[in-house]
Amino acid sequence: MGGVRALLPLIPGVIPFGLLTGVMAINMGMSPGTTMGMTLLFYSGSAQMVALQLLHNGVLPMAIVVTALVINLRFIMYSASLAPHLHALPRRWTWPVSYMLSDQSYALCTLKLSSGELGRFAHHYYAGTAVSMWLCWQVSVLAGVYVGASIPETWSLGFAIPLSFLALLVPGIRNAASLGAAVVGGAIAVLAVNMPYNLGLVTASIGGVVAGLLIESARKSPLTTTLARDIEGEAP
Amino acid sequence: MSDWSLWGMFVVIGLGTFAMRLSFVELYGRLRIPPLLSRALMYVPASVLAALVLPAVVYPNGHGEFVLANPQIPAAIIAAWVAWRTRNTVLTLAAGMGVLWLLKYAGL
Repeated sequence: MGGVRALLPLIPGVIPFGLLTGVMAINMGMSPGTTMGMTLLFYSGSAQMVALQLLHNGVLPMAIVVTALVINLRFIMYSASLAPHLHALPRRWTWPVSYMLSDQSYALCTLKLSSGELGRFAHHYYAGTAVSMWLCWQVSVLAGVYVGASIPETWSLGFAIPLSFLALLVPGIRNAASLGAAVVGGAIAVLAVNMPYNLGLVTASIGGVVAGLLIESARKSPLTTTLARDIEGEAP
Repeated sequence: MSDWSLWGMFVVIGLGTFAMRLSFVELYGRLRIPPLLSRALMYVPASVLAALVLPAVVYPNGHGEFVLANPQIPAAIIAAWVAWRTRNTVLTLAAGMGVLWLLKYAGL
């Protein structure tokens, strides 16, 4: 239940995104049934948004599949990161909780799982965040489907999406290496925004990870350790 | 596009996404994670989240065109400051949306 409680503060960031996804799908002429089927199958807001956008633009189905899967490549990395804590569970656990793996539940659990502070019931904590996130997402898309076009454009609700990612990002920056990863990832994403098939996001993510690794190695080597500490002390 | 090809596409994306989510959890032990990869994973969240946030803030229209009068940039800066001070999602959202609405209301 600790996991459910941990997720609650994220819900206000999720609801607008879910609503928006439902509203967008309906506005593009999709039936409520198709929209919810898509939501259940994908369970991935960003992939769903991009797929809707590309469907609207009449892009080939194959290109839509590739784009959506590329956007979801990050789940392989999440899966690898959570695997040490989940792999020993039976399949009736691993398959459902893998399906319900999301950015939010990963962000909430990754640090707590690796620190070991949750002990024997770590997977219950993770499952709590995963199930409540899943429910929250399905319900808010469904609400969006029925609210439909009645949300006025002037509310700029779309801005809630980057804001909710920002609220996850900032507390996660704990050292120079993760700051470097964020700065480089963000900068490449801004510069590469026009790359085809949304490859900008993947390029930026890889660039950010490489930057983080380089900074980490630079600071770990014994010669620079004291130097880095001095610099850190002077940073504003 | 016919309903069948639409649903077919959704099923392929859904199964592909599930396979990626399950990959390492299912094959743990058989699929070794090299040490470099596990170190790299530490930087995935910061990198991916920043790559999602920054373009969405800088390009309000979703295309790669820079708009000078963009109230989203000050709103995001203030929201980031609130996130850093409070580590609270609700306050971050409230600050960001509040500043955006204020600036739009003020006609900036």
